[in-house]
Amino acid sequence: MQQEEPNKYLKEITAEKYKYGFTTDVQTDIIPVGLNEDVIRLISAKKNEPEWLLEFRLKAYRHWLTMEMPTWAHLTIPEIDYQSISYYADPTKKKEGPKSLDEVDPELIKTFNKLGIPLEERLALSGMAVDAVMDSVSVKTTFKETLMEKGIIFCSFSEAVREHPDLVKKYLGSVVGYRDNFFASLNSAVFSDGSFVYIPKGVRCPMELSTYFRINAANTGQFERTLIIADDDAYVSYLEGCTAPMRDENQLHAAIVEIIVHERAEVKYSTVQNWYPGDSEGKGGVYNFVTKRGLCKGNDSKLSWTQVETGSAITWKYPSCILAGDNSVAEFYSVAVTNNYQQADTGTKMIHLGKNTKSTIMSKGISAGKSQNSYRGLVKVAEKAEGARNYSQCDSLLLGDKCGAHTFPYMDIHNETAVVEHEATTSKISEDQLFYCNQRGISTEDAIGLIVNGYAKEVINKLPMEFAVEAQKLLQVSLEGSVG
Amino acid sequence: MLEIKDLHASINGKEILKGINLTVKPGEVHAIMGPNGSGKSTLSSVLTGNPAFEVTKGSVHFYGKDLLELPPEDRSREGIFLSFQYPVEIPGVSMVNFMRTAVNEHRKYKGLAALTASEFLKLMREKRAVVELDNKLANRSVNEGFSGGEKKRNEIFQMAMLEPRLSILDETDSGLDIDALRIVANGVNLLKTPENSTIVITHYQRLLDYIKPDIVHVLYQGKIVKTAGPELALELEEKGYDWIKKELGE
Repeated sequence: MQQEEPNKYLKEITAEKYKYGFTTDVQTDIIPVGLNEDVIRLISAKKNEPEWLLEFRLKAYRHWLTMEMPTWAHLTIPEIDYQSISYYADPTKKKEGPKSLDEVDPELIKTFNKLGIPLEERLALSGMAVDAVMDSVSVKTTFKETLMEKGIIFCSFSEAVREHPDLVKKYLGSVVGYRDNFFASLNSAVFSDGSFVYIPKGVRCPMELSTYFRINAANTGQFERTLIIADDDAYVSYLEGCTAPMRDENQLHAAIVEIIVHERAEVKYSTVQNWYPGDSEGKGGVYNFVTKRGLCKGNDSKLSWTQVETGSAITWKYPSCILAGDNSVAEFYSVAVTNNYQQADTGTKMIHLGKNTKSTIMSKGISAGKSQNSYRGLVKVAEKAEGARNYSQCDSLLLGDKCGAHTFPYMDIHNETAVVEHEATTSKISEDQLFYCNQRGISTEDAIGLIVNGYAKEVINKLPMEFAVEAQKLLQVSLEGSVG
Repeated sequence: MLEIKDLHASINGKEILKGINLTVKPGEVHAIMGPNGSGKSTLSSVLTGNPAFEVTKGSVHFYGKDLLELPPEDRSREGIFLSFQYPVEIPGVSMVNFMRTAVNEHRKYKGLAALTASEFLKLMREKRAVVELDNKLANRSVNEGFSGGEKKRNEIFQMAMLEPRLSILDETDSGLDIDALRIVANGVNLLKTPENSTIVITHYQRLLDYIKPDIVHVLYQGKIVKTAGPELALELEEKGYDWIKKELGE
């Protein structure tokens, strides 16, 4: 009994730091744990999928069985028992996605309100359409009709399979094949919901599109799948946010995002990743193993990834670009924060295939506590990619002396005309800097916030306005208690 | 307003301050002089709460409050300002952002609402004029790429922004040419009111030609060994510190 008090206190403190750690009490249809072909058939049946999609899943599953978990990352990953996870959890309990808000469980609406994602269109952030996904199912997509007037398709992946099967069939797996890697194969076998976006020729999407992912149910994995297609001369800015309850056990999240950018089209993809990182002792947290890749298919196409990664116990993620079209442009801007016992191995791959292609990489790692933060990037210039250019900058900022920052840049250049530059710096927040701020009336936590946000601002500035503000706060909160 | 009694402080176990007694009243300008290593900068660090130093004995009260109980940021908010001898660079943090955070933290402490962006920029413009600080510097990162003189001017600019009740100028004259010295000293004098006080820490009389002290102390081996009027500074300038050492029987 004596021991209870300090524990309670500790719990309160850790609870304060992650404010999305609550759970929603909602009746959820969860299939039993375990993974085999019957489970895959069951998921497919629950979603009323066509035969070809079930075949795709089964092919992926059979391939996955032949694979082993990758070990090359600078991560210590505890063994994952894939048979102890449930691969499908539906908090809406309905076969069809809800048509109007009246049909959505009020508990779910409350949950998303609490997360700052109002699902009532009249309350929504101006100029933002949202697809809200909880566990394996899309709860609601806003502004669908408004967007449809311009021919823009923005809906849950499951709905796209039903309503736009030709598009899905044409593009699914075209950038990330089901054999791509261990987690991509797993996702291809069991993926549940996610978002689907199609911007028709010449259309500039009038609002930001966003998907908000939420894991709620215990002992489940989330395997979402997102597919974005920008046809010739189209433009879209897309944002992804994610949170999860605080649970003592680890949860698995293995997603795939595929983006196809046609001639002269542009896609901006931003992520604010705030999965539960585990407590200050390293207990719990989400394992985030994600494959994100975009194909600059057409000439003069442009793709940019911006990510602010503050959550997850383990992050394994390399949003990449294949620059196939001539003169295509790709960018990767990343801030990855690790605190306590978090581990992140993140970066990008820029594959230059077309002529005069240009890529920029800017990675800002921030490590605190006992965390490990690695940048891993590949710049590849193929034989025919005349005049390819890459500029990479990888900076690391350390708080304290028990954390680690690592940089693994790889280059694979097969064309002599390529110009590839790489710069890297490592710096530390000094006691002198903190005291200087203190002496001006700024607390240590606020000082760290100022310094970290200053350090990361080139990346933060790339985010859409509303999220830049959120991201700044998030950086500060993630590093609370990291010094002193 | 400031009352230091029998203050002892050490760094890494080595005692630097060995019983300081000092009282500063509102409106007074005190100069603390002394040879290198006598503990002048340690005193300013201890008063502002630098965690590198440990107070082993004694008390410090500021307007009746026990200063040693307060974290450094609250000492600042209570109105204690230190113009650093070596102002640190903070890359990536713009002066505007830095000062706005500082000013608003001070206001919050006093129960005042934060300044709006336009109110704040107006205040910046006004106070920049005090030390003739270039607008370009105000838009750069804190002290980054500033020359020695610019850093010192930037310190006085921050002092103007925060309107402290007690300013401690730690070797503000070091590394300044005569023009910069005049600008800095002029800034300090412009900010002088009958209520606020200043402690000027310096080696040389030079700065005291511009900032006139009411009382001059000599700090030696961690203690104040002599206190007198402004004439003491002139005497030190003329004779050096040796005669004081002799007086102390060394």
